[in-house]
Amino acid sequence: MAKYSYVGYKRPRNTKNTLKHLLHYMGLHKWMFLLVGLLVCVSTGASVMGTYLLKPVINRFIMPGDRKGLVGAVAAMGVMYLCGALATLAYNQLMIKSAQTVVQEIRSDLFAHVQTLPLSYFDAHTHGELMSRFTNDVDTVQEAMNNSFAMAIQSFLTLVGTIVMMMVLSVRLSLIVMVFLILMGIFIRTNSKRSQKYYQRQQAELGRINGFSEEMMAGQKVEKIFNHEKVNFKIFCGLNENFRKESTDALTYTGMQVPTVVSLSYLNYAVSACVGGIFTLNGFLDIGSLSSYLVFVRQSALPMNQFTAQINQILTALAGAERIFDLMEAEPEADEGDITLCNVLEENGKIKETDERTGHFAWKLPAAEPGGKTELRKLRGDVKFDNVVFGYVPEKHILNGISLYAKPGQKIAFVGSTGAGKTTIINLINRFYEIESGTITYDGIDIRRIRKEDLRHSLAMVIQETHLFTGTIADNIRYGKLDATDGEVREAARIANADSFIRRLPDGYDTMLYSDGSNLSQGQRQLIAIARAAIAKPPVLILDEATSSIDTRTERLIEKGMDAIMDGRTVFVIAHRLSTVRNSKAIMVLEKGEIIERGDHEALLSEKGRYYQLYTGQFELE
Amino acid sequence: MLIRLFSYMNQYKKYAALAVICIMTEGIFELLVPLIMADLIDVGVANGDRSYIYMKGLQMVACALIALVLGVGSARFAALTGQGLGAELRKAEYEKLQGYSFANIDHFRSSSLVTRLTSDVTNIQNAVSMGMRPFCRGPMMLVVATGVAFSINHTLAIVFFVALPVLATALFVITMKVRPLYSRMQTAIDTVNRIVQENLTAVRVVKACVRGGYEVEKFEEGNQKLRQESETAFRLAALNMPAMQFVMYGTILSILLFGGYLIQKGSMKVGELTGFLSYVLQILNSLMMISNVFLMLTRSMASGARILEVIDEKVDLTDEKARDIEVKHGSVEFEHVWFKYKKEAKEYVLSDISFHIEAGQTVGVIGQTGAAKSTLVQLIPRLYDATEGVVKVDGVPVQEYPMAHLRDAIAMVLQKNTLFSGSLLDNLRWGKENASREEIEEACRIACVDEVLERLPQGYETEMGQGGVNVSGGQKQRICIARALLKKPKILILDDSTSAVDTATEAKIRERMGKALPDMTKIIIGQRISSVRHADQIIILDDGRVSDIGTHEELLTRSEIYQQIYESQKEGVEL
Repeated sequence: MAKYSYVGYKRPRNTKNTLKHLLHYMGLHKWMFLLVGLLVCVSTGASVMGTYLLKPVINRFIMPGDRKGLVGAVAAMGVMYLCGALATLAYNQLMIKSAQTVVQEIRSDLFAHVQTLPLSYFDAHTHGELMSRFTNDVDTVQEAMNNSFAMAIQSFLTLVGTIVMMMVLSVRLSLIVMVFLILMGIFIRTNSKRSQKYYQRQQAELGRINGFSEEMMAGQKVEKIFNHEKVNFKIFCGLNENFRKESTDALTYTGMQVPTVVSLSYLNYAVSACVGGIFTLNGFLDIGSLSSYLVFVRQSALPMNQFTAQINQILTALAGAERIFDLMEAEPEADEGDITLCNVLEENGKIKETDERTGHFAWKLPAAEPGGKTELRKLRGDVKFDNVVFGYVPEKHILNGISLYAKPGQKIAFVGSTGAGKTTIINLINRFYEIESGTITYDGIDIRRIRKEDLRHSLAMVIQETHLFTGTIADNIRYGKLDATDGEVREAARIANADSFIRRLPDGYDTMLYSDGSNLSQGQRQLIAIARAAIAKPPVLILDEATSSIDTRTERLIEKGMDAIMDGRTVFVIAHRLSTVRNSKAIMVLEKGEIIERGDHEALLSEKGRYYQLYTGQFELE
Repeated sequence: MLIRLFSYMNQYKKYAALAVICIMTEGIFELLVPLIMADLIDVGVANGDRSYIYMKGLQMVACALIALVLGVGSARFAALTGQGLGAELRKAEYEKLQGYSFANIDHFRSSSLVTRLTSDVTNIQNAVSMGMRPFCRGPMMLVVATGVAFSINHTLAIVFFVALPVLATALFVITMKVRPLYSRMQTAIDTVNRIVQENLTAVRVVKACVRGGYEVEKFEEGNQKLRQESETAFRLAALNMPAMQFVMYGTILSILLFGGYLIQKGSMKVGELTGFLSYVLQILNSLMMISNVFLMLTRSMASGARILEVIDEKVDLTDEKARDIEVKHGSVEFEHVWFKYKKEAKEYVLSDISFHIEAGQTVGVIGQTGAAKSTLVQLIPRLYDATEGVVKVDGVPVQEYPMAHLRDAIAMVLQKNTLFSGSLLDNLRWGKENASREEIEEACRIACVDEVLERLPQGYETEMGQGGVNVSGGQKQRICIARALLKKPKILILDDSTSAVDTATEAKIRERMGKALPDMTKIIIGQRISSVRHADQIIILDDGRVSDIGTHEELLTRSEIYQQIYESQKEGVEL
């Protein structure tokens, strides 16, 4: 599992906004929630009334021996209880049904929203952090909805009911109870504050253990090779002990709450009994009222405890909900483009839009003025950078005035050390990031005018770290083109030279891949990623260290296939192995965000500059 | 399973005992309070005896205070017990993990191992800390209250014999049925988490392929399933409460009816009826408590099972054949070695590998991606054991060396290098914990780390690893080589570990190594011909088989594969 950036117990900051969002979700099921509220009232009412009725039933029917009356009263109570129990049954089931539906909707919206976020958001937030929105935060919301919502209402009603009943029996005695209830309230507040403090420390320790275990899991081979198991075990034991101490403290305070409140309620009980006894002796109260009053005193602790526990749970959930809604409010990727991609038929030099999958595409430019004609421009793959300036953070420029021109069918290569800005350039072509100044045009159109989805459809990208999804190998290749036939999948794999190793796998193309394809070697995974790009057949192809884990001989074998993919396409290549880029039309040597040399292989070699140094092994790359 | 888990409590057992004692005595004092109370009213108030009222009042206060102390104590001890158990479980797991072979680790996947080490244990320890109180009180209250109820009126207690089993059965059935539902829910949760996780890590692929919509669909499917599963599980679990209410209300009514009848017959007093009622409620409440604990345990049971799986896993690389010997020279021999990662796998990764490396020789291994070069060398320090055939070091099968000695004598620099959090010096000291400054400097010189050092802001004290300074791939590889050299190994294995180092530096490292450590056996896996061409012999692996062995010149004349590799790299650079 991912990292735990568990933020557990923090209080929500902007409760109003969060509640607004939450109410919006609940509002979709408002009748359900109203019904639940109503049923909770019925259920609580039945339980409180039941206790209240015991006295009259005993006094009026049992004492005088009115058997008929007793049966009648019991029957009446029976009906009331039945209603109460049925109401409990109904609200529990309803509540869970609506809670699950709401939680499902929240999860869906959250996931859908995450899909729209720009890459810069993922750079600024760790996966663990985003994961914990889906796991911990959604969990607390679910927990609160499943139980706390109804329980809080119920315990609050019971508490109010009990206090009212006590007031009815004796206002003066109730004052004592009030004092104790306030005392309990204060205790619960301070205690939960304290336990929160320890809880946060506990979470920090847990995070440390997690981090350590993850790091050691990742470096386990090194650990074994260096016989470092004992040392690590010692470190682990230290971390483990720290965690134990903190969590023991945290749980001590949490665990104290119930027994302390119960004991306080017994103190309350004792004082009330004493004072009540004296009151009775002085004639302020009759003995019967005293007994039933004391029953209520005893009962008041439980709802008090429950109420505070539920409120705590709800606050935690609100904090979770707040983080969820914060994420949902994160600005999605800008996409104001109105130029789309469409299939076209080519008939005697003219192109015509069609619904068929022709394999030929064109940009559809909307009419300049209303009522005008839309223009079709053939998709060719002509990419131009004009004085592009860009930085991941404002003021810190990674690229300084890059200009370049890739004509359709050309292969352009970028060479340079890590951090020179190679990957950054290609990330701008498909608008993963927004440029600061300058322009990037695609077939003469500013890429900002093109609908993002269509822009990216027109490009295929193979990146250095290959990511595979749980599913079959065929599914993974098909990721490049969802409706590809089995034949197309095989063809793409053949082009990428992956077919032979795939066929040797236990289930061939239907072999399941798990946890990011960990059962394949790095090189095999890259071959699959190349097949994924091969199947999409876009006019522009971007290869970012796509063959870095593939040996040179295999690379040679793929080359033919690659040439077939690249034929007639504009290709951008990044590679630190220079043999990979040698045959490019133009090679750009990048340093500190600027192109310092450009030309083809021969020209650059004869220049005897940086490229020459790299090529002859005099200069270390990366 | 519980007993197995609890057997890890070790020194925390005494806290468990203390917690139980505290909880029990607290319960007794709590039960005393209503009894004193009855005296206060029945005797004190009834007789108008003020001093008696005060005395009884004080007694109650004393009881409440004692209960308070005991309550706080029980909370502390329960926390100590639960968290102590957790700590011991984690320790036991981690200790076991240390002995795991990679086959063992692959069996669980490392991400799942981290979860089993952390959140699963947290589940258990919290369940124990929080569950102790209801778990002890429930049965105790049940027994005491039943006893008292019987002593008040055993005819009326018959109501119990109906109510108790009914509720117990209902709760039992619910708990049993919910158990499998919870585990199905967990599977659904895992699926959803996996989809999110994969989506997040592959966000670039998703965006580049414009597959957001497809991902949403995939997620929706998992999400829908999760909702169904959790709804079924929670709805069934939620039946607890109404079931309890039905029985409780039914019991109250029957007692009123039946008790009223008994009172009219004169065999019971009114006061007894009220007392009886409150005890009955207490009993049913404690049953509820017990069932709640069971529900909680059911959920943590899944975690418990996962923990025990880790502890019970049979470690397949052991020292059982070891004799007390050490590696002296460093010759390596493979005799008809076959290997596959999983027993069930159809194809072998290595097939019939045989070769011999003299002590002190330099050997190159070269071959295609997936030719199993890394697999081959990992058999030497026993990261895996050969499936068939024998791997020998100094003529003795590797299994006969104690693992620690064997790995001490072999240093390996991996393809996927790892530097750990800590300073550069800390990282180097992995090689030798108490290495002197001279030793470190010498290793750094050989591996050409000295040039890197000059560029680091704090020299040896520069922070590495996650959150540390970003060293380039080539620099990292040099540091890892220095770390391996500090071990002063008999055999050094470089698994494609100079790929990011420029050829000039690579040559320098090779030369310094040859000069300073002539007796060390060096096995070098490389992709570049330049990395291996100077070796005494070069092994060409193809598809898990040895295709040819020979020197650079020999292979150049007879091996087609070698020629092809050579051709693919030749141009431009004079090799």
